[in-house]
Amino acid sequence: MHWKKLYAAVFVIALCPAMTFAGSITGKVTYTGNPAKPHPIDMSREPSCKAQYRTPPVSETVVTGPGNTLQNVLVYISQGADDANPPAQAVTLTQKGCRYVPHVIALHTGQDLDVVNEDRTSHNVHPEPQVNREWNKSQPPGAAPIRVKFDQPEFILVKCNLHPWMRGWLAVLKTNHYAITGENGTFTLPDLKPGKYTITAWQEDYGTKTADVTITGNETKNVDFTFVAHP
Amino acid sequence: MNELRPMPLVKIVASLVLSAAFTVAGSAQDQAPDVGPHPNVGRSQMESQIGGIVGHSDSGRVKYDYVRYCAGCHGTRGDGNGENAAWLDPKPRDFTMATFKCRSTPTGMLPTDEDLFNTIGRGLVNSNMPPWNTFTRQQKADLVAYIKTFSPRWQKEKPGDPIPIPPEPPITIESISHGKYLFTKLECWKCHGPQGRGDGPSASTLTDSKDQPIRPYDFAESSKDSRFKCGTTNRDLYKIFMTGLDGTPMPSYADIIKPADAWDLVHFLRVLQVHRPGRENEILAAAHGEIPPYVEKPDGQKSQAQPAIRPPSGMGSE
Repeated sequence: MHWKKLYAAVFVIALCPAMTFAGSITGKVTYTGNPAKPHPIDMSREPSCKAQYRTPPVSETVVTGPGNTLQNVLVYISQGADDANPPAQAVTLTQKGCRYVPHVIALHTGQDLDVVNEDRTSHNVHPEPQVNREWNKSQPPGAAPIRVKFDQPEFILVKCNLHPWMRGWLAVLKTNHYAITGENGTFTLPDLKPGKYTITAWQEDYGTKTADVTITGNETKNVDFTFVAHP
Repeated sequence: MNELRPMPLVKIVASLVLSAAFTVAGSAQDQAPDVGPHPNVGRSQMESQIGGIVGHSDSGRVKYDYVRYCAGCHGTRGDGNGENAAWLDPKPRDFTMATFKCRSTPTGMLPTDEDLFNTIGRGLVNSNMPPWNTFTRQQKADLVAYIKTFSPRWQKEKPGDPIPIPPEPPITIESISHGKYLFTKLECWKCHGPQGRGDGPSASTLTDSKDQPIRPYDFAESSKDSRFKCGTTNRDLYKIFMTGLDGTPMPSYADIIKPADAWDLVHFLRVLQVHRPGRENEILAAAHGEIPPYVEKPDGQKSQAQPAIRPPSGMGSE
């Protein structure tokens, strides 16, 4: 009898996440105004990269989609989430075609980041943080991934000094609740317990927007962000 | 229209006391300013240890020395914004970032006290930082401790362990040849140029971590006195590319180059200093100025064999 009760309790607890963490926030990031036109990147100096594109690739500082949507916007819970621990799994930043893929990558403080070079040319991986440690490592073709962590939350610009057009962003966060908008500008932050949250949307050129959201139970709240674009 | 009335004595006294209080607060602020991205919270006293000498950031003379000799460029707040900074290229080091070029420690790590001590005494070639030979060892040690008060990083982090440097093997035409192979393969030439003249295809685009233009080292031009940014010896040269020059585009190759191979690269870099009298150039002259081509055997053994590896496009003809 005693054991049966215990099993029942364990069973109920096991179900709990599915029942209670069902809140989510979803939305779309758009712009008003006129964003700068992306400019083509001339990779003639690096033929092995240039050859990977049929038409010249374009800058990724502002990437727009249909319906004035914005891609590569990081949306994350900046207040109210309680996940202090970094996931055990590493995130991977790939250098491919002399660009950073993805262009914006988010990770938790203390989480492993693997930087991989898939190109047939050397890159130097040079994050330029202000509060974390700055370092700069060469990574020739075929070299092992560079595994690193960052201790402090910060948006870090990463550069390759050999290819000055290469610019990517490492968003080091104190939360695992984040999303990066895709082609249609949408995002979803799932698995949220009931509570009050502040969510922040960050675009590398336009800065941040925040919104307060209260999740009361098994519901999906809609929050849209609009940035003012500038040429 | 407001009526002009004489100010009551109480008000006059009160305003005098207040202005005195502001003056005091103002001067206190000058001593303990907030700086840059690292607010100078708890700018506590620091020490340095150079051999048997212990430096103190609060020693009797160090503040005078810093203000007299360093602050003109590095600023009283250590942020690199001294009154001369606007006229200088490259810009003076910002001590609040605690990022230093010349280290014996891996990239991303704080330098050792001795690294900073040596930089003060050596100066930085191709910059406005002269060798401060007039300081005593104690003065330099105190200044090292003083510099460490500008960033809280010195309280939170330990300097890295100096990178191991194995004994230098003999200089041979083979080691020079293998060094040249590495110079090509690791794409050092992209910034430093195929002849080491600092004119590689990426050279003109380089900026330091404060977005200031920065030139790659020109081995050929600098050969007269053979000074590098961080020293003059083969060991210094070894350290430069294995640790990287943090805050600049020069990366660390410690994860990439095996220690034995690193010495070969050192030997080749020395022959780029074409006018420098030295063992490397003597050996090259004995080989009639010809560096034999190097090819890697499948098992990774070093060998001399034909045909020559083709330099990548942009490497120029040799």
